[in-house]
Amino acid sequence: MIERKDVEHVARLARLALSAAEIEKMREQLNGILAYIEKLNALATDDVEPTSHAVPMVNVMRDDAPGPCLPRDEALANAPDRAGEFFRVPRIIED
Amino acid sequence: MTDPTRLTAHELTDAFRSGAATPSAVTEAYLGRIAKLDGKVRAYLTVTDGRARAAAAASDARYRAGKPLGPLDGVPISYKDVLSTRGVKTTCGSRILESWVPPFDATVVTRLAAAGVVPLGKSNMDEFAMGSSTEHSAFQLTANPWDLARVPGGSSGGPAAAVAGDLAAISLGTDTGGSIRQPGAFCGIVGMKPTYGRVSRYGLVAFASSLDQIGPFAKDVRDAALVLRAIAGVDPADATSVDVPVPDYAASLGEGMRGLRVGVLEYDTAGMDPDVQRAVTAAIDVLKGLGATTQAVTLPTADHGLAAYYIIAPAEASSNLARYDGVKYGLRALGKDLIDMESRTRAAGFGAEVKRRIMLGTYALSSGYYDAYYGKAQKVRTLIRRDFDAAFEHVDVIVGPTTPGVAFKHGEKEDPLAMYLNDVFTVPANLSGNPGISVPCGFSTSDLPIGLHLVGRAFDEATILRVAYAYEQATTWRTRRPELA
Repeated sequence: MIERKDVEHVARLARLALSAAEIEKMREQLNGILAYIEKLNALATDDVEPTSHAVPMVNVMRDDAPGPCLPRDEALANAPDRAGEFFRVPRIIED
Repeated sequence: MTDPTRLTAHELTDAFRSGAATPSAVTEAYLGRIAKLDGKVRAYLTVTDGRARAAAAASDARYRAGKPLGPLDGVPISYKDVLSTRGVKTTCGSRILESWVPPFDATVVTRLAAAGVVPLGKSNMDEFAMGSSTEHSAFQLTANPWDLARVPGGSSGGPAAAVAGDLAAISLGTDTGGSIRQPGAFCGIVGMKPTYGRVSRYGLVAFASSLDQIGPFAKDVRDAALVLRAIAGVDPADATSVDVPVPDYAASLGEGMRGLRVGVLEYDTAGMDPDVQRAVTAAIDVLKGLGATTQAVTLPTADHGLAAYYIIAPAEASSNLARYDGVKYGLRALGKDLIDMESRTRAAGFGAEVKRRIMLGTYALSSGYYDAYYGKAQKVRTLIRRDFDAAFEHVDVIVGPTTPGVAFKHGEKEDPLAMYLNDVFTVPANLSGNPGISVPCGFSTSDLPIGLHLVGRAFDEATILRVAYAYEQATTWRTRRPELA
């Protein structure tokens, strides 16, 4: 069973600021979903290889050739905040 | 001529070639209908009327010159709002991308533009394609054209309702766990998920990268075949697209059922709508009557597909959606430092279902739980693939219901798990990668459409299209259409 502190921990990892009410609702709903997911344990999978991808593929390589890229102004056009040629974010290093 | 918005894409291009209609006149008919009726259906988030008129005028000129670009030239289309369109807002149904304007087109958009389509606009969806009713859109509820009190299905509810309501001739959706086939069934139209890797995902805003595929909605099977041909094929911009030849799907539609072995899916009928069971059984009899041989097929692990899916898809989503941090694009909420800004941004920008799945996925991938959840689900995924491989040694196509029931009412499925159970028949083909299609196979006693689900071998879309076409041509379901006004 997931407890309140587990929800708070996962919310921190996921960078989600949840209200107290949201945390409680999330705890209930996640427990309900995980209880359903428990049915997977009825299947024996000890000698089964995992599948991460539906189509078996190896790395796809291309030549390391320079090509055109997104112009700087277009890359910055959707920025919530910018300073000249940069994305501006809150200060992360103390003086 | 009859109202052109009732016509299929191939009927429209026949009319364009003969001169009975022009792309501009048909585009005006669609824009007029959207202006008049989309207030009821709410399929569109953005209508690109200027772009539509410009594309239609260019198409007019090509037909006048006797040089159309192909079988979709001048056909009005709607794109699910998860497909990037250069210069046109692409929201994914989310507040966090409410004002995002992509600087590039998705490959499917580029390819269809090269085929001459007319882009009518961007259609509604569950936020980040997470849902089965389109009720998780941050912006509006979309109505099912057959009954405006009901959902169109989801997550591609907007593009499905657009085609069903004659607000677009064709549309593109995306299918991660059934998000094309289920709304196709609910809206009484054809909806197809191609094989994983068949269609480039470049420019599709990612939900679960190992499961997502783009595919068509259409008023008939021939249109679906034409759209698939136009969008399919390897793309250097998507390393997971697969380099296998793309056949002329429309050319092989008429080959009929003779010699095909149809696997009839045995499924748990608990919780099933008896109308759906009856319609699917009757459809199988039609296929037999057309000369198919049938045998029962079981997918023993498929029953666990949904549980595996609700680990794998949220796990991938939690990673993919980490990019929405308020730094480079999208919503930003102010905070006292970077982590606070990110956490407040994501809290304000994501809706409840997206938060739930990010939490579920983050939990499943977190230290100490990875093997028990994600590792286990990936192994179950292998078992499901083996089930399909074993079945396709004996049959050419597997037939069953697309959904356990018909379209439900808005607000009817409040419990997340009850909503998830809608995808029980469609999810296995996403986990295995096989192609699937839903084709209309009747109506419930309450006059709501029912879908027949066909699954084929990997990269053998031609066979499921051929079976769907044979069935469609032997029945008259497609002639029954919803009346919006």
